[in-house]
Amino acid sequence: MNNRYTIILTSIGVLIMLLLHISSCQSNVSIQTAQYAVNGQKLYLSHCQNCHGSKGEGLAQLYPPLTDNEYFKQNRAKLSCIIRYGMKESIIIHGKTYKNQMPANPQLTELDIAYILTYITTNFGTSDSIYRHEEVKEALKACGI
Amino acid sequence: MRKLFFAGMIACIAFTACQSTSTTLPIIGQRDAVQKEIDGKIVTDTIYHRIPAFSFLNQDSVLISDKNFDQKIYVANFFFTHCPSICPTMQRNLLKAYEKYKNDERISFLSHSIDFKYDQPHVLKEYATNLGVNNEQWQFVTGSKAAIYSLADQYFVYTKEDSTVAGGYDHSGYLVLVDHDKHIRGAYDGTNKEQVSQLLKDIDILLKEYE
Ligand code: HEC
Repeated sequence: MNNRYTIILTSIGVLIMLLLHISSCQSNVSIQTAQYAVNGQKLYLSHCQNCHGSKGEGLAQLYPPLTDNEYFKQNRAKLSCIIRYGMKESIIIHGKTYKNQMPANPQLTELDIAYILTYITTNFGTSDSIYRHEEVKEALKACGI
Repeated sequence: MRKLFFAGMIACIAFTACQSTSTTLPIIGQRDAVQKEIDGKIVTDTIYHRIPAFSFLNQDSVLISDKNFDQKIYVANFFFTHCPSICPTMQRNLLKAYEKYKNDERISFLSHSIDFKYDQPHVLKEYATNLGVNNEQWQFVTGSKAAIYSLADQYFVYTKEDSTVAGGYDHSGYLVLVDHDKHIRGAYDGTNKEQVSQLLKDIDILLKEYE
């Protein structure tokens, strides 16, 4: 093998190692996110899964999937309001219109909502950031209900 | 060695073949013995529990009855459209069966709404459409409280109007399998994965009875 190739190959190798290292560091930072998500999973199971499905896949045109990252990003604050107060407006998820009614969840605390939102946005969506208790508290103040 | 292997294989095939032909589903419910006179002789006959005659409005505002299910097997359940608890899971699972047998005329599906106030035919129609049901093979029906709730008893499904539970109605999530004679041949918890896959197997067993 030619010397030049060896150099190129080793540098690619080193680069890959470096990237792997960075991503493993990142997941260390998010231990708390993982803890929130685990708590959120339990709550999701008992309060949301019947309608939205075990993989957040939804059900036909009745219940929307919880996998639309764009929707999550654009409505980050509103998601807390949807969980606490329910929803009955027409919405578009993955390009499909839904106009059914989601019931309110007055029994869920702010922290519960933070857990659930962390779970759905990191597991069904591709977000890697946590919903903190404080963020949910602020969001709920601004629901306008 | 090779002979042994073949013998073993044949034994296996014979065994499984036997198993599948000898399985029949039980007839569920109370049975009564009646004495009948046939050709001057007294014989004892067994009367099995049957689903009685019924007629209800469906999602197209058409009156349908037990006659629509003659010469068919069907799966029945009780639900309501804005039910927040067990119904979505139960209907998600029944939808799997519907999709598996779609356009198979040997089998139908029948969902009774227990919300006689809100679930008018047009509400049921919108629900059915949103669920992806677009033919007559799955009927969604509404009727008077007395008619629906007393029929639920006949399917051994618990139903009750109860303002203390979420959604206002309490009920059990059974999927009930009924044969050509309106005999109940199985009841499966529509929220339980294993029981729902058992239902799919039992549907095939029951369909074989009519081949
Ligand atoms: C009874 C069924 C039902 C339950 C239970 C339910 N939802 Fe929903 N959810 C809906 C419906 C229907 C909509 C769409 C409402 C609309 O069209 O206005 C919706 C919309 C949403 C949305 C916004 C749209 C989307 O797809 O992202 C989110 C987020 C959501 N639900 C999260 C949850 C969470 C979290 C729970 C549990 C706390 C939950 N839902 C429980 C039926 C339900």
